[in-house]
Amino acid sequence: MSWDNLLQASFIISLITSGIRLAVPVLLAVLGEIITERAGVQNLGLEGIMAFGAFAGFATAFATGSGILGLLAGILAGMLMGLLMGYFAVTLKVNQVIAGISLVLLGQGAANFFYRQIFGVSQRPPRIAGLPEIPIPLLADIPYLGDILFRHNVVVYLTVLLVILVWIALFETTWGLKVRAVGEHPSAADTSGVNVAGIRYACTILGAAFAGLGGAVLSVAQMKLFTENMVAGRGWIAIALVIFSRWHPGLALAGAVLFGLADALQFRFQALGFEAVPYEFLLMLPYILTIIVLLAGGRRGAAPAALGTPYEKE
Amino acid sequence: MRGITKRFPGVLANDHVDFVLEAGEIHALLGENGAGKTTLMNILYGLYQPDEGEIYVNGRPAAIRSPHDAIQLGIGMVHQHFQLVPTFTVAENIVLGLPSRREPFLESRRQVHQQIAEVSRAYGLAVDPSCLVWQLSVGEQQRVEILKALYRGATVLILDEPTAVLTPQECERLFEILLALVQGGKSVIFISHKLDEVMAISHRVTVLRDGRVVGTARTQDITKQELARMMVGREMRPIEKPPASPAGPVIALQDIWAHDDRGLPALRSVSLEVRAGEILGIAGVDGNGQAELEEVLTGLRRPHRGRYLLAGQDVTHASARELFEAGLAHIPADRNRFGMVADMTLAENSILGLEGKPPFTRFGMLRYREMEQHCSHLIREYDIRAPGPAAFAGTLSGGNAQKLILAREISRRPKALVAAQPTRGLDIGATEYVRRKLLEQRERGCGVLLISTELEEILALSDRIAVIYEGQIVGMVDPACVDIEQLGLMMAGAIKEACELPPRPPADRPTAPGSAGHER
Amino acid sequence: MSDRATFPSAHRPSPAMSVLLKGSPVLAVILALLLGALIIAAVGVSPLAAYQSMIKGAFGSPRALTQAGLRAVPLLLISLGLTLAFRSRIWNIGAEGQLYMGAWVATLFALSFPNLPPALMLPGLLLAGFAGGALWGLVPALLRAYLGANEIVTSLLLNYVAIFWVSYQVRLPMKDPTSFLPQSAVLPAPASLPVLPGTRLHIGVILALLLVPLIAFILWKTPLGYRLRVVGSNPDAARFAGIDVPRHIIIVMVISGGLAGAAGMIEVAGVHHRLIQDISPGYGFTAIVVALLGQLNPFGALLASYFFASLVIGADSMQRVVGLPVALTEVIQALVVLFVLASEAFRRHRSRVVG
Repeated sequence: MSWDNLLQASFIISLITSGIRLAVPVLLAVLGEIITERAGVQNLGLEGIMAFGAFAGFATAFATGSGILGLLAGILAGMLMGLLMGYFAVTLKVNQVIAGISLVLLGQGAANFFYRQIFGVSQRPPRIAGLPEIPIPLLADIPYLGDILFRHNVVVYLTVLLVILVWIALFETTWGLKVRAVGEHPSAADTSGVNVAGIRYACTILGAAFAGLGGAVLSVAQMKLFTENMVAGRGWIAIALVIFSRWHPGLALAGAVLFGLADALQFRFQALGFEAVPYEFLLMLPYILTIIVLLAGGRRGAAPAALGTPYEKE
Repeated sequence: MRGITKRFPGVLANDHVDFVLEAGEIHALLGENGAGKTTLMNILYGLYQPDEGEIYVNGRPAAIRSPHDAIQLGIGMVHQHFQLVPTFTVAENIVLGLPSRREPFLESRRQVHQQIAEVSRAYGLAVDPSCLVWQLSVGEQQRVEILKALYRGATVLILDEPTAVLTPQECERLFEILLALVQGGKSVIFISHKLDEVMAISHRVTVLRDGRVVGTARTQDITKQELARMMVGREMRPIEKPPASPAGPVIALQDIWAHDDRGLPALRSVSLEVRAGEILGIAGVDGNGQAELEEVLTGLRRPHRGRYLLAGQDVTHASARELFEAGLAHIPADRNRFGMVADMTLAENSILGLEGKPPFTRFGMLRYREMEQHCSHLIREYDIRAPGPAAFAGTLSGGNAQKLILAREISRRPKALVAAQPTRGLDIGATEYVRRKLLEQRERGCGVLLISTELEEILALSDRIAVIYEGQIVGMVDPACVDIEQLGLMMAGAIKEACELPPRPPADRPTAPGSAGHER
Repeated sequence: MSDRATFPSAHRPSPAMSVLLKGSPVLAVILALLLGALIIAAVGVSPLAAYQSMIKGAFGSPRALTQAGLRAVPLLLISLGLTLAFRSRIWNIGAEGQLYMGAWVATLFALSFPNLPPALMLPGLLLAGFAGGALWGLVPALLRAYLGANEIVTSLLLNYVAIFWVSYQVRLPMKDPTSFLPQSAVLPAPASLPVLPGTRLHIGVILALLLVPLIAFILWKTPLGYRLRVVGSNPDAARFAGIDVPRHIIIVMVISGGLAGAAGMIEVAGVHHRLIQDISPGYGFTAIVVALLGQLNPFGALLASYFFASLVIGADSMQRVVGLPVALTEVIQALVVLFVLASEAFRRHRSRVVG
């Protein structure tokens, strides 16, 4: 194994393709959290929501044989946890940091508990079929670019579509204006007749739904199984990427792809048996990269002004 | 509005209030801070629900459960603290919450701008719809608020203390706008605690005191004195200011330049001096650098050019703590945010800044008994209404909280005192008290720098006045001979000279300020 | 520029901004256990049997009590540090990583100086462990103090880095040549924490117990503690009062990280006697819940840490007897915190209405 092999076109193509695929769960979580935080709620529970979504997705896909149903289950699981977070953040108005951390514990605990209870422990964990790859006709045949961009499973295409949808929704619709107003200056929104609590609930549930979907994608479409700690910090990376992206879907896409590439690189190095660098350092790479990216992005002035502050009418 | 009653924990804000607004009039709602005027109007606008009473709009009973309902009924409100999203454009703020014809997408920018322009023209409310709100001046922002209400079809407009943030000239403009509105068939409710304005602009006036209606009258049938008596219940005590005999400077700023939070210049070549035993007032419209000036003086913001001397020591790069140690006291403009820790007891709050020093700390340990004694002493001396040193600071009323902060700062016998908006939001009793204390400090030989948006306060208390505009000191005036109009023009940056003080006599000869000794 | 004040708010800043939980911890625990019982029933197991086995497993024998005590020590140490940190509104979620780093530095120390007499070795170990954790905690502290970087995210991401680092160390440089497993060599004899006579508890217990009143003393009886509480309660007022907020952020993270590192040292020197990959079964995270349940009070942390340690021991037993996965404890822990939050919210609501 040498450095030459790395620079071969096939390696790079497969790297980027992989990178895009691996970016999806994180990207979904980031998109969701951007919506939630734009409305002023800080949901730190993403790690747990993704775990619960991963479990729900896997279990449903296993039971029904359908990957799509698994993904839907992931969305539902996320929405449930989003509802819980919304209740605590908007109605009870508690400290959102603590509530979010509790949600991480709850999501992870529930996912692990139910998985063990239903599937037990075994040497070879049960697997599912995953989702088929859908090449887009014509476009997929473009040399190089076609392989990278147009030979993915349906989730990847869906996610890119979602990036565009969220972008448009936040900045070009009346609903998006309300959401941003609620996150910047909730009392101004209130006096303009906007239902602040309603918007915050909706955005929290929607954001968590995205995260739940992201977790399901991880178990159903990518790894095709479930293990404890499979989310491996992606929820937290998502939170860092939200700050890096300045709460904007465009930069979120860039950040997630960067993370995906680091992840893909790390897998390949391990698989190639690259002895020069101990694999643990490669495992560390995505996390260190995220910290650096967080520092590069993070001027706090870009955050929605009312982020994390419960809105009290009096 | 009939029989409106509203209770909050511990206070009866509105007590069976009756209020009638007639079509096409400007009706002033007069009362001092805390009288219940804003609460009453918040009820009318649907932000609060009354505990008792009914509201009738155009003769029909109305249930106003939210601003949405109020807006449907044609009621619009311009709040004291503007309810505008700073990062949105004017147009976005106006359109927020309104359905669009291109649902779910926003209205076309051009359409919206056109419609806004129409309303602007009709009432003289010129403003650029594509401008971001944080870039606008305060007067312009207020116009946006009015536009917002009119755009939603308001026929009744409520304005809460609209002149608090305006220069005298901008006030004139506002009054013109209000008259135009009334001529156009709208009705206006004008909340204020300033008698002159009420006399100038309103057709009728209702006076509230302690939550109850004292009376309603046609403005032309009543005198200022009668209104004052209705408002306060007693004659207001005029401020007595003995002549000053200032000594050497305690605060000196030399060519100070500083940036604001966004990196834009906030203070430009500011030079001023506060001498021991005098009050220097800083007059200016909110947002012209006063906050940054306050922060530079108290060590919370570093100037990047210039020198700051405190009692002769160079403290340009000193921290807040070092300034504190050097004898500077500070009464913050935002007392809830900066002045106290609501979750901690009064005793703990009373030593804020002094926690590491004897007698509150000995052998590295805090001594609670000394803290409590100190706090009890302050409570007695400064007439603070509080259950005791163990009460939580968050339970104090605005006036008492300010007294606590004042007590804490003054009891240190400071050499210099920076007081920013010290009477904002306080009732008459607390206001008089605070002003008296400031004068006492001046008597004592302390150098007081007073930052206030209340012109009367500045004029009454200051020995000299510096006018700040866009981060620069545009002039120093003598309160004895300047008039409000000139001051207003300076505050708006229009003129640079108005009743300038004669050159200061040399510092070693303490003399009375200004021209041949006279008093107000 | 208009000020962005919202409506005249109640005199207290929003209590949700307050760092303390003034809810009812005992009620929360009971409710969480009840909800746990529902979950157990839902998967077809008798809650009675489950809880019975749990209680027996946690309290039924001296061995169980000892086990719980041993597990409580690192929980207590870490949660004491977190109590300080959370009270200053510094959300240190990186305690797990700080524990690992402390464990690593302590092991490095012991293996580098195998012939030190116990009188020097033990304090050295403690210092080494503390230093490892403190330095690891310093990183997010500096990033937060001078770059405004969110310490929740940075400290958390560093957890993963630390865990992988230790994984690497025991697989390669520090690997015990006499074993197949990725683990360090056994620690030299002087580096073994002495055991309290008559029990199987190591002296780490004494250290932890002594720290409880110490931390309480720091919090309430020293100017430093006063300043930390002000920073946590109202950072603006703290700046205004001349408190050097960045310096205090650093101080608190160093202490908090150091205590987590000391916990790591204790696990290496007192329990496993070598450095292994899974030196901590999530103590750093559980300690967060312990600190919160303890109402951010050192004595509360003492009770809560023993309670959670028993919960985990009991869950082990429950898994063996009834077959329920131990992950249930995480669920119950999360429910406890949520109930405490909810009870605080209800109490706050009631007091506002009554007035």
